[in-house]
Amino acid sequence: MTATPPRIVTRLIWASCVLLVVLLAAVFSGISAGSSGGGMFSVLQVILGKSDPDSMLHAIIWQIRLPRALLAALVGATLSLGGLVFQALLRNLLAEPYILGISGGSAIGAIAGILLGLSRFPGVSLTAFLGSMATLALILVMTSGRSVMKKESLLLSGVMVNAFCSSVIMFLISITQDAKLHNIIFWLMGDLSTADIRQVGILAGMLFPCFVIIFWHSHAMNLLLMGKEMAQATGINIKVVTITLLVTSSFMVSATVSHCGLIGFVGLVMPHLLRLIFGPDHRVLVPACILGGGSYLVICDLLARTLPQQGEMPAGVITAIIGAPLFIILLKKPGR
Amino acid sequence: MNQAIKITNLSHSFGKRNVLRKLSFSVEKGDFFIIIGPNGSGKTTLMKLMARILKLRKGQIEILGLSNRSYAPKALARAVAFVPQRLPIDLPFTVGETVLLGRTPYQGALGIEGEKDLEIAKQAMQFTEVDHLTGATLGQLSGGEQQRVFIARAICQQPEIMLLDEPTASLDLAHQVKVMDLMEKLKVEKAITVIMVSHDVNLAAMYSDQVLLLKNGEIVCIGSPSDVLSFRKLEETYGCKLLVDESPHGGFPRVTLVPGRYMESDE
Repeated sequence: MTATPPRIVTRLIWASCVLLVVLLAAVFSGISAGSSGGGMFSVLQVILGKSDPDSMLHAIIWQIRLPRALLAALVGATLSLGGLVFQALLRNLLAEPYILGISGGSAIGAIAGILLGLSRFPGVSLTAFLGSMATLALILVMTSGRSVMKKESLLLSGVMVNAFCSSVIMFLISITQDAKLHNIIFWLMGDLSTADIRQVGILAGMLFPCFVIIFWHSHAMNLLLMGKEMAQATGINIKVVTITLLVTSSFMVSATVSHCGLIGFVGLVMPHLLRLIFGPDHRVLVPACILGGGSYLVICDLLARTLPQQGEMPAGVITAIIGAPLFIILLKKPGR
Repeated sequence: MNQAIKITNLSHSFGKRNVLRKLSFSVEKGDFFIIIGPNGSGKTTLMKLMARILKLRKGQIEILGLSNRSYAPKALARAVAFVPQRLPIDLPFTVGETVLLGRTPYQGALGIEGEKDLEIAKQAMQFTEVDHLTGATLGQLSGGEQQRVFIARAICQQPEIMLLDEPTASLDLAHQVKVMDLMEKLKVEKAITVIMVSHDVNLAAMYSDQVLLLKNGEIVCIGSPSDVLSFRKLEETYGCKLLVDESPHGGFPRVTLVPGRYMESDE
């Protein structure tokens, strides 16, 4: 081949290095900014351990800002990777956990878990996972057969699943007479403020194996773009690959939803942007979505914290403001 | 063992509809084998069963002497390559990347390509004359070129058996001949057994060593083109008036459709 694209390994390393730098920069600025101040330089000193460990800034950074930035990075990575996986499996660029209703399903599960008084881990994570699997099954039944390829039918089913989920959530909220009501609503809109470093550690422990599993199937996702029949005839066990990817991505999405509620459109924006930059090969896109999606949500959360004059807004508001218009543009685009 | 594929008592149904009923036949190694028959005769189903895209329920399919159930997915893909009727032309990859996907059965899970893979892909593209299109995306190509890209991709699997489902269906005359010539070259130069579903009885007459005529999931006839493509058998199977004579090239039958307006005067 004369116009050989650079070898895949080189591309993979190159993309990962660039995005890792972006992620580190995003996390650093996420840590630096906040209502209690602290310039870049003094933050750097704290991180490098050259400041007084008893100072206010030290506590704020290690106990509030860093866990929050790390949580945002994990959640952003998961959601954009989830979007990428669903887009490959359903061969539809508009597929995304939030739009499909998978996130809504886990939210129902999570709220039910909270109302039952379960602990956040493993109780609520488990009910959230069950909720996501239930909606996943519902979507697969609704779109089974040939119509899966059609983006309209998939979207319609997603809209209906979402409408159903929100009404169930409303129902659950309205039958509770709980002081935590405000919390639930805030959490629903995508809230990253409740992070503590231990929870972030547990979440990371659940998510990293998922990332590895999905990366391991990244070439199979390339083949899936040819359609199930051809992928199968090229030596891929379609059933095993599909089930593994569906369950893994639903699991990781539900894990993040049970931690920080509904954050939409990340899985739409990031895979789309990264595809434009790095091309369609999933072996590059999977790590790119993990690192790039992480950076994106850290930055969105930074905006959510710093834009309002007083207090803060949920990060989900920012991601939706950026994501929804892009969704409409993609929908208008001819062809795919 | 000179049989590429041996099929015994193969039946298949979708729900209550029996698509294939107790088929038994075999395909010799190195043959150009063409399956013809009216719409709904079960040609594509048969093809998909041979490629193991559909799960075998009743009967047996032996591939190169082994039951097709005994193959691991990648091992089967090294023996049998498949080109479907509807090509995924919305694939976002370039021609070179698409062809390289055919090396998957020889690679690890991540499909990292080595020098050898690149070389084989290059040769496959030269073989089907798409090597000048390496960097193009599929959407930019003509139907014939797209077909040849996916044939190159299948060649990359280095199969002993190549299955094609109506590769000429949507092509103009020049591209039809080109694809058929390519298949013949595949048979002669690479000793690959080519099994093809076709709607075009004349292409079958011109290129095949063996023809299988299917109707309603049953074998009407199997044999050389001149045996199978007889006026009587074809008229019975397709249920329309036909004219069969010898092609001016000699040695194989030529089938001509008879328009309805000539029906009266014919009898």
